[in-house]
Amino acid sequence: MSPMLPPDVVLKVDNLSVVYRTDRGDVKATANVSFELRNGEAMALIGESGSGKTTISLALIRKLPRNAVIKSGRILYQRNQKVQDVLELNSRQLREFRWNECAMVFQGAQNAFNPVLKIRRQFEDTAQSHGWTDKSAVRKRALSLLQLVRLDPERVYDAYPHELSGGMKQRTLLALGVLLSPQIVILDEPTTALDILTQRAIIDVLNDMQRQLNFSIIFISHDLSLAAEMADHVATVYAGEIVELGGVNDIFYRSLHPYTQGLLTSVPTLEHTQDMLQSIPGSPPNLITPPNGCKFHPRCGFADDVCMEDSPPLTADIGGHLAACWHKDRLIESRKTRV
Amino acid sequence: MSSSVIDLKRVYRSFKSGRDIVPVLQDINISVNRLEFLCLVGESGCGKTTTGKIICGLLPPSAGIVEFEGADIASLRGEDYRRFRRSVQIIHQDPYASLNPTQTVSEMLSYPLVRHKLAPRGRGVLQRVHELLELVDLTPVGDFVNKYPHQLSGGQRQRVSIARALTTEPSVIVADEAVSMVDVSIRIGILQMMMDLRDRLDVTIVFITHDLALAKYFAWDGRIGVMYLGRLVEIGRTQEIIRDPQHPYTRVLLSAIPEPDPEKTRSKQHIQLRSEDIPRLTELPPGCSFHPRCPWYMAEVCDQEVPELSVSFQSGSDVEVACIPLQRGTELVLHDA
Repeated sequence: MSPMLPPDVVLKVDNLSVVYRTDRGDVKATANVSFELRNGEAMALIGESGSGKTTISLALIRKLPRNAVIKSGRILYQRNQKVQDVLELNSRQLREFRWNECAMVFQGAQNAFNPVLKIRRQFEDTAQSHGWTDKSAVRKRALSLLQLVRLDPERVYDAYPHELSGGMKQRTLLALGVLLSPQIVILDEPTTALDILTQRAIIDVLNDMQRQLNFSIIFISHDLSLAAEMADHVATVYAGEIVELGGVNDIFYRSLHPYTQGLLTSVPTLEHTQDMLQSIPGSPPNLITPPNGCKFHPRCGFADDVCMEDSPPLTADIGGHLAACWHKDRLIESRKTRV
Repeated sequence: MSSSVIDLKRVYRSFKSGRDIVPVLQDINISVNRLEFLCLVGESGCGKTTTGKIICGLLPPSAGIVEFEGADIASLRGEDYRRFRRSVQIIHQDPYASLNPTQTVSEMLSYPLVRHKLAPRGRGVLQRVHELLELVDLTPVGDFVNKYPHQLSGGQRQRVSIARALTTEPSVIVADEAVSMVDVSIRIGILQMMMDLRDRLDVTIVFITHDLALAKYFAWDGRIGVMYLGRLVEIGRTQEIIRDPQHPYTRVLLSAIPEPDPEKTRSKQHIQLRSEDIPRLTELPPGCSFHPRCPWYMAEVCDQEVPELSVSFQSGSDVEVACIPLQRGTELVLHDA
């Protein structure tokens, strides 16, 4: 019997672990990651470089590099009440899953287009390779999407990639990503390396698109502000594990993990007159030989003997706000005294 | 002697690109005051890095004068020129590219000491290397002296890069996006260390960044200069600019930046541009180069005359802006689209 999911869950990742085999040993890039994505919601995976957030997203579309091994886990995907495990799809099914069901827009999207083909050809090729051969229908759909991302549709459709600016390419790519009406769009660092005003345009366009086309978004970023602006749920990723997961307000106003808390107090804002900022001491661990117990303990102000020995489980409070920390109570106490 | 260390006077810089001449900097006038924190902010292609390189003498200006302690650097010769180059150092953006992968930390830091005869050979050099590593908080020093760059994390590399800039005991350091490649959780630590250096070593720091929030944090007691397409459009005290930006471009930028606070960022008013396309440097529009995008654009004024930096008419502060309507005392009111 195929597994059951609540009707509004489109994706459920269950206990996913990925290692990369290297000459120096196994890199435990993702360990026991679980989360659910609901219909029409935007979820942010927040973490620093090397935290394993890109590995999670690549695993979702089975595009991991060759030296990666999925050690455990299930990735359940639901459409029309039919549930499938992405990890068990054969190559034909996988081909249908990608782009039709789940599209990914990679980091550095500016280089994602083939420079010698017009944008039109790249839309047509994508449609055709997924069995959609009626070019005038493709054109109609493409033009309406380009309009949606606030570009001049006719002009962009017949342009070569080099005729478009970085921000225009990024928006064209978003339109191409949703060409086949996927249920899920994965965005890897969607605004990194773009200028502030271009970033703003992308954020606004994404919000419009999601409202009109009603897909779910998973986005991966190190930018907390972007998560604050766009996400419904936020997962903090540290050393390959989800250490905290909750609604966006839970994470930003009532964080229950010292790492998330540390990230929040290390980012300057424009709002406050003078920030009391503090870095997190130390640097992220080596994932070949991660620390015992809680992987954050060497950098954590709350750490004691328990943290060094036992890894804290990801447990929920009443509101379903998950955090993996032995010292949530002390964390809440310390927040009270600070305010 | 004036209180400024570096003065750029009517500096222009252009580059040849094929048949085109690209005007990267136009008419830049900046004085860097002794011991101040000055931030240059702007988007990519605005000329902030080129300005930094010109300040360090790594690039000559195409026109205009760069003065170091009142002397035109183009006229410096011999020991005077060497003293200028020792006194003004740069920290590059990418700590993965700016350190020589075949040299240990100790070799990297010793070389300038020996080259400029800044420490007695042998023991003296070694001792100085230790002092430098302590200054940038790479302690215990013994763990780092004999490491190669690939054995260090990004943050540690950037600290080595800062230590290297300090070898020649500079009075000015240009930090070009010095923390943008460093992980978020350790950025502030490096920034705070750099800010401490001013008090400990009497260095003036020119910080170049695209991140206004970071600029605000770094230069809270200093000044911010906002650049757009090769020109300085607004410069003044950080606190005033952040609280009450004058130039339309600065206003738009500040309104566009997302904040790490869900309620605030979602209720923020964003000023809409008239056009999202950034003009190419080779095809700059006439008049104010922001006018095709400016929501407060005044026909037959902004597209005719190039605005110069001067004190704004109404703000009552000493913030300088390059905007003709503002200089004429016109109040900028947003029209509903």
